[in-house]
Amino acid sequence: MMQIPADISPWLAIPVALLLICGSIITLVGTLGLLRLPHFYQRIHGPAITITFGAGSFLLASMLYFTVLQQRLVIHELLISAFIMLTAPVTAMLLMRTAVYRDLRNGRQRPDTKPEPPAASGQATTAEVKQHRPDGENA
Amino acid sequence: MKLLLEIVLYFSQFCVVLAMLLCMLRLLKGPTAQDRVLALDTLWICAMLFALLLGISFASLVYFEWAMLIALTGFVSSVALAKFLMRGEIIE
Repeated sequence: MMQIPADISPWLAIPVALLLICGSIITLVGTLGLLRLPHFYQRIHGPAITITFGAGSFLLASMLYFTVLQQRLVIHELLISAFIMLTAPVTAMLLMRTAVYRDLRNGRQRPDTKPEPPAASGQATTAEVKQHRPDGENA
Repeated sequence: MKLLLEIVLYFSQFCVVLAMLLCMLRLLKGPTAQDRVLALDTLWICAMLFALLLGISFASLVYFEWAMLIALTGFVSSVALAKFLMRGEIIE
């Protein structure tokens, strides 16, 4: 079972509980966005809130809880938050580049070009493919 | 106050597991390969959050190292998969 001290003070329990509720709801909303949004380019924005706000709330709650519980400064969760802040944009950028590259290679239309007339945008994407391919092979 | 924190911890664990299930659905459903990689990346992040929650519930600092390792492995695997999808090879 859970090992929470029985005489935990409300000054610790209430902020930790608020941060945990906030973090879990935000995590759920982010993944719901991942599931519900229609295009990949919109879907990639869903987990961003999970990574920043959700993980941030959980890490803050953990820091607060262990600092008060052990009566010393426990801030090694900052390592995880710094690591996530460094790596999440890299992953997102690589995935976006992958998606754009694959969509261009397959001649698939990007959702942001939809309002244009279909014939013109189709020609544009094939022209882009022809431009991009040698670049990709030379680089 | 102990009861409050217990209820909140159970609620958070439920939410994170539900989030993992939603990621799993997208992972199984995803029309393109990059959707699946994105879902897998989010699944890693949710697993890291779950490890942190376990650390709070069992008042143990060991779970922190789990969370660190999960975050690290998730980043490496996502980058490798993204590179593989983009180029067809990981290390060129």
